[in-house]
Amino acid sequence: MIKLDSHVPEGNISEKWANHKFSMKLVNPANKRKYDIIVVGTGLAGASAAATLGELGYKVKAFSYHDSPRRAHSIAAQGGINAAKNYQNDADSVFRLFYDTVKGGDFRSREANVYRLADVSNNIIDQCVAQGVPFAREYGGMLANRSFGGAQVSRTFYARGETGQQLLLGAYGSLNRQIHLGNVTMFSRREMLDLVVVNGKAQGIIVRNLVNGEIESYSAQAVILATGGYMNVYFLSTNAMNSNATASWRAHKRGAVYANPCYTQIHPTCLPVHGENQSKLVLMSESLRNDGRIWVPKKIGDTRSPKDIPESERDYYLERKYPAFGNLVPRDVASRNAKYVCDEGRGIGGGRAVYLDFSEAFNRIGKEGVKDKYGNLFDMYQNITGTNPYEVPMQIYPAPHYAMGGLWVDYNLMSNVPGLFVLGEANFSDHGANRLGASALMQGLADGYFVIPYTLGNYLTTEKPAKVDPKSNEFKEAENNVKENVSKLLNVNGKQTVDSIHKRLGHILIDKVGMSRSETGLKEAIKSISELRQEFWNDVKIVGKGNELNQTLERAGRVSDFLELGELMALDALNRNESCGGHFREEYQTVEGEALRRDDEYSYVAAWEFKKPGMWELNKENLEFETIKLATRSYK
Amino acid sequence: MDNNHIHLTLNIWRQETPSSKGFFEEFKQDVSPDSSLLEILDEINNRLEAEGKRPIAFESDCREGICGTCGLVVNGNPHGPLPKTATCQLHMRNFNDGETLFIEPFRATAFPIIKDLIVDRSGFDKIQQAGGFVSFNAGSAPDANAILIPKKIADLALDAAECIGCGACVAACKNSSAMLFVSAKVSQFAILPQGQPERYERVQAMVKVMDENLFGSCTNTYACEAECPKGISVSNIARMNREYIGAKFKTEELVD
Amino acid sequence: MGWFSTFTSSSIGKKFIMALTGSLLMLFLIIHFIGNMMLYFGPKAFDTYVDTLEIFKPLIRVIEVLLALIFIFHIYNGLKLWYENKKANPQKYAVNASRENSDIYSRSMAITGVTIFVFLIIHLSTFWATFNFGLHPNTEYPYYTIVTHWFQNPIYSLIYVIGMIVLGYHLNHAFQSAFQTFGWNHKKYTPLIKKIGTVYALILALGFASIPIYFFLMGGK
Repeated sequence: MIKLDSHVPEGNISEKWANHKFSMKLVNPANKRKYDIIVVGTGLAGASAAATLGELGYKVKAFSYHDSPRRAHSIAAQGGINAAKNYQNDADSVFRLFYDTVKGGDFRSREANVYRLADVSNNIIDQCVAQGVPFAREYGGMLANRSFGGAQVSRTFYARGETGQQLLLGAYGSLNRQIHLGNVTMFSRREMLDLVVVNGKAQGIIVRNLVNGEIESYSAQAVILATGGYMNVYFLSTNAMNSNATASWRAHKRGAVYANPCYTQIHPTCLPVHGENQSKLVLMSESLRNDGRIWVPKKIGDTRSPKDIPESERDYYLERKYPAFGNLVPRDVASRNAKYVCDEGRGIGGGRAVYLDFSEAFNRIGKEGVKDKYGNLFDMYQNITGTNPYEVPMQIYPAPHYAMGGLWVDYNLMSNVPGLFVLGEANFSDHGANRLGASALMQGLADGYFVIPYTLGNYLTTEKPAKVDPKSNEFKEAENNVKENVSKLLNVNGKQTVDSIHKRLGHILIDKVGMSRSETGLKEAIKSISELRQEFWNDVKIVGKGNELNQTLERAGRVSDFLELGELMALDALNRNESCGGHFREEYQTVEGEALRRDDEYSYVAAWEFKKPGMWELNKENLEFETIKLATRSYK
Repeated sequence: MDNNHIHLTLNIWRQETPSSKGFFEEFKQDVSPDSSLLEILDEINNRLEAEGKRPIAFESDCREGICGTCGLVVNGNPHGPLPKTATCQLHMRNFNDGETLFIEPFRATAFPIIKDLIVDRSGFDKIQQAGGFVSFNAGSAPDANAILIPKKIADLALDAAECIGCGACVAACKNSSAMLFVSAKVSQFAILPQGQPERYERVQAMVKVMDENLFGSCTNTYACEAECPKGISVSNIARMNREYIGAKFKTEELVD
Repeated sequence: MGWFSTFTSSSIGKKFIMALTGSLLMLFLIIHFIGNMMLYFGPKAFDTYVDTLEIFKPLIRVIEVLLALIFIFHIYNGLKLWYENKKANPQKYAVNASRENSDIYSRSMAITGVTIFVFLIIHLSTFWATFNFGLHPNTEYPYYTIVTHWFQNPIYSLIYVIGMIVLGYHLNHAFQSAFQTFGWNHKKYTPLIKKIGTVYALILALGFASIPIYFFLMGGK
């Protein structure tokens, strides 16, 4: 059993961070250059952290499996980034953003962290504008905002449909400046395969050079993981092809506890699967739900073309069930209901897709009006599907999108392994059981620019400013562990391809640990995943060698970790006998079929400690809601 | 959606190491018109792996046309024949039954081949490291609305900033010039007020590193603009020329 | 390095030199063109024009030296860029799709440039050499007679016509390209500049090429 201390500072919620900043110890400026810091992952969280730590004078080593930090999947975020600026004078405030985020997360996040996130959100916008991020502007030159994801205030800053790209390139610029100044050394095309723990502290990593296959060791006084989320565990997701859980999973196996892995967000507005050979799913901005109406035929197995189905035979199921919010219900509600109608056999053509219909909007604001608002999204839809959404209603279906769960961290973003910090989507901390739109970018940058630069220093004051020896036994042991793992994979020499096994894992998970979960289904999932893992280690086929660029080997390592993580997701979902946010247990719903939270028993973070593959121990961090009263979400 | 398969002959560049001699290997493939070109490569790779043969090394990541990782040349066109489309967004319905495709990596001295279709584009990062940023430290920024930027200026800057750094401009250029890529970043900061303090230093530093990394020079064929998946305009190149010439003649530094 | 040599050895600097020398040459061509058009006003007009130039001979010589330097700079620099650019892009694609993304004028600057250089040598070794240092025929209008004489030769006239077509290709790209290199690209004016460039190239190429055709067809009369 591990004692999980969240280290939330004392005091009123609005003063905690300020008090904490003052009470933390500081590193002498002249000593900062004597500290080596490893940052793994250079997306929004990692790049902003590496850059800012470089600015402070630390010696940073940054690692990415991409050829360049600019490729990280943060780049694909379309919608925007929230901040409590209240520029629109619509009664927004830090407290309101905090409140919305805690409520949106279905009361399963840590209040103090969320408040800090809302608090620094304004600094992020200042920072990004100063970097030259070309946010959308009003004609008078002021920043423009939009309302996003059903929020009742306009607090979302955006740059066309490319907000993530612009923010990442901003952070990439700051990172480049530090590389130029020599404060950050960039190691690209390196994949972290193990964490080195010396005397109980994280002091290094083992990476594989993806170009020549060499196993390399790097040491530091602290290790920061900013390696993103694990949604590719589902095989088909909106994540990038290379997104994976390996770095955080290997850290987990070295002692870092994994929190709330069952909290996964399945995004409602994605393109449906077109065939068995599909490689990934594409997200369409959920702003489409502002004007599009979602429906399916009332009749089961209706194969008529949509224009032949009269109004009276269409079921606008979200409008029917949730008259107040209609098509703008939160992501989890929209997704789950799409699944239900398709389970009933009322999906388009009996398959797994629903209509997103703009004909009402065409009548109201004209095709030109729709084009003005969503032109680029309509073009994208036509490009990918080959059908014209101005003529035929769009087809959509939910897709795995964002992982709220991740490595457990305290208020300082440090895991239970001293010296191991976790930022961005890789940690579990701020979104509870469901993330609100335009909050992922906010969290990544908050962690990187405005939290870790303070809290890391506090930790380092307990560490001597002396080089960590990268040749110690601990490093050798970890290096050997990695080498053995690589050769074990290469020596299985079975018959099945990595992708075919990954696809099967994905099918199990989306089916049983997806939008809707049941005790029986989860037990079955645990059993089948564990069997599939056996199958993988007995029958996977990896062509090629270890000492060369070998993408199959890279994927195999990642899938081997997914096969363990997938089981833990099911285990966590099974343990959580309630429904909350992205986690919906069929046994726990209200009479109207809505999520039934059980605050008395499950108001805690489930943090799992790795014992051996297929075996974990549950640790709990109780969540206390001192500022916001627990309430049931209602979108009726 | 149409599911009638079409038959294609794909000649794909194979090259085991940077120094080994490459060649085209022929693959016959029935493809779904709804699949993307990269999904076809996935299919071929799955087959090769199942047969115990070395799969085709190629890079891609977001498959949404924004990360700039993927980049193949299809029949002489970087990112294939569709305008303003990255390779990952190129669907097979754009090809005809019976067509023969030649798929090869971006070719340029500045982008050495690592393996098969993977090239090394680190030259781009080096150029960005030389000056593709605004120098200030986190924490020192004024309120975001303290800097007023006219909508048109912000839009123009974003037009340039949309560059995804894929390298198609270099691949399309008969001189392998990186001018479109570099000028997009130079332009973003030359247009915006935030970029003004370092305006002249930036363009000189970035051009210097661009030249050092063996990119060719611009002969204004504008092939880059035609092939750019984001449609970055060559007016940015003119702006960079202007900035660079201005920097050299207006500033008072005597050396470099 | 001093700032100026850094500039001239940079990729943009080299292009700047090409554009600057090219622009001066384009101005010279206009003057040359006007002179040539005198041929259409008859022997007297043409020889008077040439004789008038003789008055400024010292100045003309200075300009000729400058022109020669500009030419040499333009050609040397062009060849150097061509060589460097070849090195930057040594391997071609299996399928050449360049016509889908660019026009032939821009892609063929090196080859049209070299062709024009060859033409220039022929041109200088015949007309310019004879005008300046050759034996002038003993007629009332010797210069006009020299022109008439040379263009009786069908091969020589054909070389001229081809040379001028190539020049037209070169100029069509050169004109607008120089503006782009100087950094003058504007949504309002660039399309107009491109049109003017094409008109300029057409007038010069057709005008210059019309002379050998005219004299050849006139058959020495």
